[in-house]
Amino acid sequence: MKLLFKFLLRGVTAFDWPLMIVLLLLGATGLLVMHSAVGGTDWRYADHLRNLLIGLGVMWVVAMVPFQYILKFAVPFYILGVILLLGVEFFGSTSKGATRWLNLGFIRIQPSEMLKIAVPLMLAWYFHKRESSLRFYDFFAAGALLLVPFLLIVKQPDLGTALLVFGAGFCVIYFAGLSFKLLVPLLVVAVVGIGGIITYQKDLCQEGTDWVVLHDYQKHRVCTLLDPNNDPLGKGFHTIQSTIAVGSGGVYGKGYMSGTQTHLDFIPERTTDFIFAVFAEEFGLYGGVTLLALYLLLIARGLAIAIRAPTHGSRLLAGALTMVLFVYVFVNIGMVTGILPVVGVPLPLLSYGGTALVTIGIACGILMSISHYFPNAES
Amino acid sequence: MFDFKPTDQDQKRRFLVRAVVAGILAITCFGLLGWRFWVLQVERHESLAARAENNRIAVLPIPPRRGDIVDRNGEVLARNFLSFTLEVVPGRAGNLDEMLSRLTPVVYVSSADQRRFKRRVTESGRYASIVLRNNLNETEAAWFSAHSLRFPGVELRARWVREYPQGKAAGHVVGYVGRISESDMTMLEDKGELGNYRGTDIIGKKGLEKTYESVLHGKTGFEEVEVTARGKPVRRLRKVDPIPGSNLVLSLDMELQRIAEDAFKDQRGALVAIEPATGDVLAFVSQPSYDPNLFIDGIDVESWRRLNESPDHPLINRPVYGTYPIGSTYKPFVALAALELNKRRAADRINDPGYFEFGGQRFRNAGSTYFGSIDMHQALVVSSDTYFYSLAPEIGVNALHDFMKPFGFGQITGIDIEGERRGVLPSTEWKKNAYKKSEQQRWFAGETISVAVGQGYNSFTLMQLAQATAVLANDGTYMQPHLVRAIKNPTSGQERLTVAEASHRIPLKSENVQAVKRALADVTVSGTARQAFVGAPYQTAGKTGTAQVYSLRGGKYQSSAIDERLRDHALFMAFAPVKDPKIAIAVLVENAGWGGSVAAPIARKVFDEWLLRNPKGSVAPR
Repeated sequence: MKLLFKFLLRGVTAFDWPLMIVLLLLGATGLLVMHSAVGGTDWRYADHLRNLLIGLGVMWVVAMVPFQYILKFAVPFYILGVILLLGVEFFGSTSKGATRWLNLGFIRIQPSEMLKIAVPLMLAWYFHKRESSLRFYDFFAAGALLLVPFLLIVKQPDLGTALLVFGAGFCVIYFAGLSFKLLVPLLVVAVVGIGGIITYQKDLCQEGTDWVVLHDYQKHRVCTLLDPNNDPLGKGFHTIQSTIAVGSGGVYGKGYMSGTQTHLDFIPERTTDFIFAVFAEEFGLYGGVTLLALYLLLIARGLAIAIRAPTHGSRLLAGALTMVLFVYVFVNIGMVTGILPVVGVPLPLLSYGGTALVTIGIACGILMSISHYFPNAES
Repeated sequence: MFDFKPTDQDQKRRFLVRAVVAGILAITCFGLLGWRFWVLQVERHESLAARAENNRIAVLPIPPRRGDIVDRNGEVLARNFLSFTLEVVPGRAGNLDEMLSRLTPVVYVSSADQRRFKRRVTESGRYASIVLRNNLNETEAAWFSAHSLRFPGVELRARWVREYPQGKAAGHVVGYVGRISESDMTMLEDKGELGNYRGTDIIGKKGLEKTYESVLHGKTGFEEVEVTARGKPVRRLRKVDPIPGSNLVLSLDMELQRIAEDAFKDQRGALVAIEPATGDVLAFVSQPSYDPNLFIDGIDVESWRRLNESPDHPLINRPVYGTYPIGSTYKPFVALAALELNKRRAADRINDPGYFEFGGQRFRNAGSTYFGSIDMHQALVVSSDTYFYSLAPEIGVNALHDFMKPFGFGQITGIDIEGERRGVLPSTEWKKNAYKKSEQQRWFAGETISVAVGQGYNSFTLMQLAQATAVLANDGTYMQPHLVRAIKNPTSGQERLTVAEASHRIPLKSENVQAVKRALADVTVSGTARQAFVGAPYQTAGKTGTAQVYSLRGGKYQSSAIDERLRDHALFMAFAPVKDPKIAIAVLVENAGWGGSVAAPIARKVFDEWLLRNPKGSVAPR
């Protein structure tokens, strides 16, 4: 009886309430927008509600697990993830031209999704172990741990997920103390590179130019981003229509359920990757800024948990998971508003899709587990 | 107890710095997004709002008409007819079951159609237009139009539907179109062609329909219409016409094709006939064939199973996909190699006691025959294995490989149909790459012996044999074989030839070629193919052969003793007339035993038709 009570108490205290409130607000917004995006309450709406509840449940369970156990999962979880990725490489099933799925007989899984958690977890564990004797070469070892799954996912090919996995791992390395002397030049190279592509887009996007490292379809995406009018019936259509939707929303928006772009079928993928276009069209600049503020609160709370976290490993992990959520939001909204290329990254808690919601649930669960992790008290 | 250490204050401070930097980055990036919102929603709001208003203008794709496929005389193999279809946008049609129950009294929709429709609803988006029924007749169409207001989201449309009036004839050549699948979509996306396929739901899946997809499809046009807020079109604003796909003019002659197919009766096999001077493929047979019309609308399970599980394998395109050791039909080329490489003169005689001894092993003639003292001419006429066994060590496998390669043996001939296989033209190099274990990688001199009579590791497609025969007939000039002669622009009527000039010329001495051709001519007069060509008013050069299916490990071949499907394949290669050849052919009849009695008569029928149809026997109708 007493044990049960303790368990129930733990169930309630497992939540980090500030984080929980932000998540609930975002989830409610998600349901509201989904209702408009599907044009009423049909099966997609019900599915989204169900997925949200599943994600919440997963988060709750993870939040109840004391953090030291979570860290113990790091190595087996990572190894399992990499083995499954290798399995995809050799036995994977192909759909839409990419080999991402592994059929285990009773269930079809997409291992790359689980690496979004496993990679930062593994790296946090590694730096945690090496904390007292950290050397420069540790960063190379960490880089290798990151590059193996990253390259396997790039090969599938799934650039969107690969970038998220890379971002997650990179954040851990960054928080672990990767020298700014290295970071700043990298940043400069990236800025110059992107600037160069924009300046010379005419030549680069010519038919037949080989981009060596990128697939043709990726080249096509980048070129379409630079000039969506190149392909108005195909890929550019996404960007053109979503920017029209956002822009036509204006300052106040067209009002709930009254977005013409949405309801006249002009926004493609409007329940999944492009749901922000629906939101921005109907709620305008005010809505958009409010939503950004909500996400910023989410990130702020995450970083706060990271800063207060008691151990090296928990700090790194909390910081990295928070920044992954940030990358999700930034890449998705950037893509919808036409400043980033179209890659398949959902908007956390708003986009339709169960897998992503479960991943986000796990990430938030770990954050909550860290937030009430006080090794001193328990020892 | 626990594997944690009390946190070093210093490290905590360092983390704080980094967390603040990360926070600043997040705020900066969100600031960037906020700035972008400002740009779009305030600065560009007016123009974008206007464009959203203009999005009352819907862009509707107008799919182009797919090109026709006709033979060299204009006979149609593939065309389109206009058909009324009933299509549904599920997102606009309300409750589908209820809609169907109201609709069926107006227009009959079979339960199979209903099932297919429901399956496709779950597969596609809710706003995709899904075909509910095809081929409505005019009464049904008129009847539905009168009631259309009662069925929102259900639309009557006129669509081009593909049909293949020849049915099974040349089925493997034409191939078929089918519904665009997910992998087709990805392929189109990679090519940046997805936009051009909006409004189109079929794509070439097999045969020429697939190989020439980009030519046949055309360019999608579009129509801008003004729609009401509920999406109903009210006024057309602008129209860009689609550009119809080009027509394919084949080198095939359907009359000849039908005669060639009928000549097989119910036997399985393949035949390719080529005009040597141009590379035009005149007939291309793969028996049994299938009716491509079955596939257009998605083949039903029953027919698919019948085709796919048949032991006769009707879906295999035999001339380009089947690879065989071509047996004695390889001998003319080996003989030519010996002459060209100065390994033996045509007049040199050797003794054929019925076997050839090499390395302590006896290689026997097929069928326990012996011919005594023979020269090259006689060796080809009677098809002496011993004579060619004896050439093998003199030429060597690598020299033979280098000689045969430009004829196209073991190479992709480049014929314009998908699914061509390369086969194997053996060499020491090839064996080294083909096997993993080092003891298997070594080439044994004895293996060259069987290679010289077209057996052993040799593995060629019938297409390659036909092409090599054409090259021989053409004195070494290689014209790339092609089923499509020309691509014809349907509006301007202009034709563009697919193959205008020779790919390469093999330098051959005329006297050597003539020596081989003379011997082959005698094969049809006094040799192994004489019966098939009795009384022919033209002169034919040819060679019979058998392709082993069942390897005889020292045992004696007795056709009656083994399972019918393990019997040898009958082969025949030929061209006619010997002087200035108009047609070169390769025929394979599966499990039919000996080439002279089964394959050669089929070639005779084809030659008679092609060379005698036009009494002057020279210029074929075009």
